[in-house]
Amino acid sequence: MTGEKIRVLVAKPGLDGHDRGAKVICRSLRDAGYEVIYTGLRRTPDEIVNAAVQEDVDVVGLSILSGAHNELFPKIMDLLKEKGADDIAVIAGGIIPDKDIPFLEKIGISKTFLPGSSTQEIADWIKKNVRKRP
Amino acid sequence: MKKNSSSEGSLKQSFNHWKAEKYDKALKKASSKKMEYTTISGKKIKELYTPLDLDGFDYMKQLSFPGEYPYTRGIHPTMYRGRLWTMRQFSGFGTAEDTNKRYKYLLSHGQTGLSVAFHLPTLMGVDSDHPLAQGEIGKCGVAIDSLADMEILFNEIPLDKISTSMTINAPAAVLWAMYIAVAEKQGVSPKVISGTIQNDILKEYIAQKTFIFPPEPSMRLIVDTFEYGSKEVLKWNTISISGYHIREAGSTAVQELAFTLRDGIEYVEWALERGLDVEEFAPRLSFFFNAHNDFFEEVAKFRAARKIWAEVMKERFKAKDPRCWWLRFHTQTSGVSLMAQQPYNNVVRVAIQALAAVLGGSQSLHTNSLDETYALPSEEAVTIALRTQQIIAHESGVINCIDPVGGSYFIEKLTDEMEKDAKEYIRKIDDMGGMVKAIELGFPQREIADSAYLYQKAVEKKEKIIVGVNDYEMEHEPIPTLRIDEAAARQHLARLREVKKTRNNAQVAEKILDLKKAASDKQNLMPYILSCVKAYATLGEIMDSLREVYGEYQEPITY
Repeated sequence: MTGEKIRVLVAKPGLDGHDRGAKVICRSLRDAGYEVIYTGLRRTPDEIVNAAVQEDVDVVGLSILSGAHNELFPKIMDLLKEKGADDIAVIAGGIIPDKDIPFLEKIGISKTFLPGSSTQEIADWIKKNVRKRP
Repeated sequence: MKKNSSSEGSLKQSFNHWKAEKYDKALKKASSKKMEYTTISGKKIKELYTPLDLDGFDYMKQLSFPGEYPYTRGIHPTMYRGRLWTMRQFSGFGTAEDTNKRYKYLLSHGQTGLSVAFHLPTLMGVDSDHPLAQGEIGKCGVAIDSLADMEILFNEIPLDKISTSMTINAPAAVLWAMYIAVAEKQGVSPKVISGTIQNDILKEYIAQKTFIFPPEPSMRLIVDTFEYGSKEVLKWNTISISGYHIREAGSTAVQELAFTLRDGIEYVEWALERGLDVEEFAPRLSFFFNAHNDFFEEVAKFRAARKIWAEVMKERFKAKDPRCWWLRFHTQTSGVSLMAQQPYNNVVRVAIQALAAVLGGSQSLHTNSLDETYALPSEEAVTIALRTQQIIAHESGVINCIDPVGGSYFIEKLTDEMEKDAKEYIRKIDDMGGMVKAIELGFPQREIADSAYLYQKAVEKKEKIIVGVNDYEMEHEPIPTLRIDEAAARQHLARLREVKKTRNNAQVAEKILDLKKAASDKQNLMPYILSCVKAYATLGEIMDSLREVYGEYQEPITY
């Protein structure tokens, strides 16, 4: 019953090529029973939001290590709203200073996972907080 | 360690007796329930190593003396007694002005070489006014678009006295040309300047992913720099063949070693194919490795690397000049091993890793800063990192004798096994038709992703303990971090606009056209790139003209 599975888009905004974390998370979420779509590297906010809408996902995980999150994440959140897809949960991870987290929460990022988070924590968070979108 | 069958026989008996009667019995009573001991790479380690593990060990063949083939104990006869390693902190952020200031600070505090970190738009060969550069200007490194930025970056830094390493790959030839041009403006001949460009595209496809062109034109550009350097910029390392990023992407120590050396073989083969003389270009090949947490495994990796490379150059490529056999390498401590939790613990991790690099005989070293899981390092954090190297050099006593770990049963056995396992991988990639072919098949990428996944699972099952992360956890206060403010981006963009306005645009267009023509043909592109750079053509303009000729590489999306 693949239709029942929560669909996750793992997306890499920003110019950095650090995909170790994103790839490990993709495999782990797949093993945890989620339907996982990976965007590949260097996706613009437009590309990420289009993929989220087209793939009809329930949650987007943004992985970024370039330091451009404060500029790129608000664009992604605005575009989701514009497309009427702001009921998609958005979570994030990467090299993100603690002091940026309140800002990310304010723009609607549900949860930021810092380095050292386990893939189990992420899978559990999705299980607890994300429901299949109508 | 020479083989002597009767004494070895009795040693074996004694060992077996010790193992059964002493060790195993004592272990049964011990509180530790750990059944298996493995390195961070998952390699099983025995409880004790003895001469029994070095059966057939031949000192002269396997080790010899420092500065003697196969260089297992070091490439120089004097090692750190003759000269300490270069303390070279990788650094760059904000504008060229910001980074110039940081360089002067580091040099005034005892750093002995420079290492440039460029921001991501530069690494990707786009100018700062490109849409993809949004939010990235000066974030991951210093913003460089044209010679005008480079002149400021090295302002008042004497390029005849300081060596500079530049971490730049797909656009390496362009940034190197800018450096040569700045030196000339300082009145310094290209024959005198020294330094390194990373220029290693293979590991970009494999691990770090800042590629632009497909493999074939990328390799051509690299061979162009080999050729140009061996004639015009004699003291320059035209490549730094890098395992660092392969390891950071999740490989094991053996995979790092094997893929890096096989990349090295690939570059030599492509240069020979072009008709270059191995004796001329091979002495300028340099290497770059990771120093990770598993202390002895890392020391063994560095020693095995030297030994394998010497053999490859001497036997496989028949190079005659011993300088071709030397594996000279830079080391950086492991970025991924740093933890956001209880970040001051990172100082200790870095010290252990740096010590492994020094015991491994590194020529140059970067020590990471404690705050790098959060941001680029603050001045205070980078000072501690530099001081860590100075403490190892001047207080620990480890530099007093050469290769102090040589002869340890454990280290020699590990070095030997590391060599065997790496050679097995190298053979496998030879059989695939070389590294470019292996990359096209996705082989090294898959091996690394598998290792990364296995390691993560081992951490989550607590088979591997990370202090402060999956054990010994506690709350910690946030630490101060460096912030790149948006004024840097505005200031930088203003200069880019100014350059485009005040240069001779007709001349730029002409030089770019010349470059494009040469790119479709077979000439060495370096002189053309130099002309473009000197006319203040921007990096983005130069790379765009080459994109039109070569196209762009599309990576298959897998996980």
